[in-house]
Amino acid sequence: MTNLSWRALGVFGVIVVAIIYVLPTIKPSFWPHKKINLGLDLQGGMHLTLEVDTEKAVEGTIERINQEMRSSIKEEHIRFISLNRVQGNQLVIKLKGQKNIDAFDKLLDKDFRNLRILSRNTEGDVLTLHMDLPVKETEQIEKLATDQALETIRNRIDQFGVSEPDIRLQGEKQILIQLPGIKDTKRAIALIGKTALLEFKLVDETHDLDAALKGNIPPGSEILYGVKEDPTTHRMYKTPYLLKKRTLLTGAHLTDARVQIDSQYNEPYVSIDFDKKGGRDFERITGENVKKRLAIVLDNKVYSAPVIQEKIAGGKARITGHFTTEEARDLAIALRAGALPAPVNILEERTVGPSLGTDSIRKGLMSMIVGGILVVLFMVVYYKGSGLIADFALMLNILLIAAGLAGFQATLTLPGIAGIILTIGMAVDTNVLIFERIREEMHIGKTPRAAVDAGYDRATLTVLDANVTTLIAALVLFQFGTGPIKGFAVTLSLGVIASLFTGLILTRIIFDYYLIKRKVKSLSI
Amino acid sequence: MQFIKPDINIDFVGKRIIAFSVSLSMILISIASLVIHKGPKYGIDFAGGTLIQVKFDKPVSVNQIKSGLSVMNLGKSSVQRFGEKSDDEYLIHIDRSGVTSEGYSAKLQTALKTSTGVNATVRRVEIVGPKVGKDLRGKALFAMFYALLFIAIYISGRFEFKWVLSGVMAGVLMGAVYLLSIFDVSVPILIVAALVVTLVLFWVMDLKYAMGAIVALIHDVTITVGLFSIFNKEFTLPVIAALLTIIGYSLNDTIIVFDRIRENLRKYQKNPLEIIINRSVNETLSRTLLTSGTTLVVVLSLFVLGGGIIHDFAFAMLVGIVVGTYSSIYVASPILLAWQARGKK
Repeated sequence: MTNLSWRALGVFGVIVVAIIYVLPTIKPSFWPHKKINLGLDLQGGMHLTLEVDTEKAVEGTIERINQEMRSSIKEEHIRFISLNRVQGNQLVIKLKGQKNIDAFDKLLDKDFRNLRILSRNTEGDVLTLHMDLPVKETEQIEKLATDQALETIRNRIDQFGVSEPDIRLQGEKQILIQLPGIKDTKRAIALIGKTALLEFKLVDETHDLDAALKGNIPPGSEILYGVKEDPTTHRMYKTPYLLKKRTLLTGAHLTDARVQIDSQYNEPYVSIDFDKKGGRDFERITGENVKKRLAIVLDNKVYSAPVIQEKIAGGKARITGHFTTEEARDLAIALRAGALPAPVNILEERTVGPSLGTDSIRKGLMSMIVGGILVVLFMVVYYKGSGLIADFALMLNILLIAAGLAGFQATLTLPGIAGIILTIGMAVDTNVLIFERIREEMHIGKTPRAAVDAGYDRATLTVLDANVTTLIAALVLFQFGTGPIKGFAVTLSLGVIASLFTGLILTRIIFDYYLIKRKVKSLSI
Repeated sequence: MQFIKPDINIDFVGKRIIAFSVSLSMILISIASLVIHKGPKYGIDFAGGTLIQVKFDKPVSVNQIKSGLSVMNLGKSSVQRFGEKSDDEYLIHIDRSGVTSEGYSAKLQTALKTSTGVNATVRRVEIVGPKVGKDLRGKALFAMFYALLFIAIYISGRFEFKWVLSGVMAGVLMGAVYLLSIFDVSVPILIVAALVVTLVLFWVMDLKYAMGAIVALIHDVTITVGLFSIFNKEFTLPVIAALLTIIGYSLNDTIIVFDRIRENLRKYQKNPLEIIINRSVNETLSRTLLTSGTTLVVVLSLFVLGGGIIHDFAFAMLVGIVVGTYSSIYVASPILLAWQARGKK
């Protein structure tokens, strides 16, 4: 076999592979490989960037230590003036008397070794101690919170039922979520953004609610509100509750949460099952507090505060709160998937309706076809037979880009389509460069074959250069771009590489075939 | 068929003074416009805010939409037509971000329906928080910076075939940038500084082709940015993508011309540089115009038919290609001449 045949065979191989990759996009039943992905801007959907408020996770940990320290101090019969969490993530304790101070130091060494002492001041016999968590530990809590939030959100979205969601970490504490084809964006955001921290707290019945509302909140208690919406007027009603700050039980011990319909009021509610420890705790709590009111608090909102009639065994409870069926279902999902370790903030939200996506595809394809036809016609008119060869190369170029998109499982976006359109213009650039050079060589009297050889040889370096600079820009864009722009960088890079292949290798083979094998003497250029 | 005959001989180089004045005034106008407008006008990608695209079933007036918005109490907002007139589509721009999760598009749809009496569909909502806006702004500027950096390094090596020098260049540039980043200067200053360092280095190392190319590049990008500022168009992520593409693409024509100049310098050693440059520009004129022409055709079709979302991208590309073609003929090559004049003094 000659050199030419080998080259032709190689090109043929590339074309066959390209067709294999592209086929599933045209007719999915043909071939089991994956289709070309469409970006959210083309198929509609929602893009969200969330930030995990990791500081809140650290504060939560400090608050837990605060509660533990309180109960330990009580157990050891140490007397203290005050113990508070300040500036979010610091603990301050004030102790009086050497006996108490010594006992506390012992306790600190024994049970709270992970705390860092920030400052230690003694005035008279009063000791003031500032403590917090070391940086390393804080970082670990923050990282854990982000990872856990990612996992929880992934679980929730899976249960919500979105096909092919893309959920990933970006940077240290941002979560990127892509939900293609989603319609009820409000519901999705509500479900994803819900912290879903379920807490059981006792209602403080020894103090007066009205006095507390005037600002006189007893230590160890807090005011939380229950919110109810009137189904007909959509007005919100807030009911204040005075609750003990201490959380008796959280949703961490849940095994299941399901929507059920109350037979009496015909209203949906969420029934929850506790695991063994949760069930035992719940039994103990209800047993110790019969005839008292237990508030069910979700994300600092009181859902209900029923009176405990008797000890509840069996580890089951129900959350009522005049839900719609959808609300109850989403709440059950959120509870099942678990609470977020820290609240999340929505930094960015982009929603594209499906009709707009279809419009974009139509307009993008339209401008591609019109631009393509104009270029194809121009090449044939201007370069005649050689123009046909260039046009063939152009078609193949688009096929190769499509194959590249499918092969790398890249995403086609609207700017991506623009990238393909741009490539159509640039791909013929390569041919124009070569053809003009061939014309020049023929003008100075070379034979067609010599002119083609010289044309390709001399133009190759220029063509490479021109494409390398575009490729540099495309690669930088790929590195820094987000979403749709990345799609542009991908098609542009693929286009540059494909046009090098078709322009320098494919068309050369066709010319060589005519000039060497068929011994054509004149060149239509 | 041939548009431009092989024996064409237009006196491009002779007109270089006129071309220089045109370019210089364009650049000055661009900078003036940027100063007057207090920098580029950032779209919501960079400034943060909310963008809502609404389609109405029948024609409505902007005032009707505005009265619907005032009911919603959204803060400062603007309304503009989007796409074709017959589309009845509008873009609503709200400075504030983070009004989300309240079932906002449903409410807006109802409010607009009441105020206009026409059925409205919210087709696109983009909410970008100030933090993400700032992030994206930083990313976009860094992308511009690195593209310029890599291309400066590439052309200094490529045009002069002095890869060692280009390595030195890269080292000095990176060092300068690193030094500056220690002092925590903003990215635009970083870009300007890197460009100045690049130009000085080209000057010192006597890299005249690279100098011509980079000046043409700065020329193209400045004028494109300036035109955006003059037409009060917004900078969005796609526009930045277009600018980067222009950075890559505008070199295209310059490379073609420069390669020919070098080839002709070897061929006709006795001729003065002025004649050789003019000859080279003429010889490659057909190629320059054709390659730009085909790209221009497709970008034009994108500009006309591609729809509103891609409109500004296509506009930036159009300007970039036209200015880039002009600069490769009238800016890049004459700089070589100016350089030679410097050498004689």
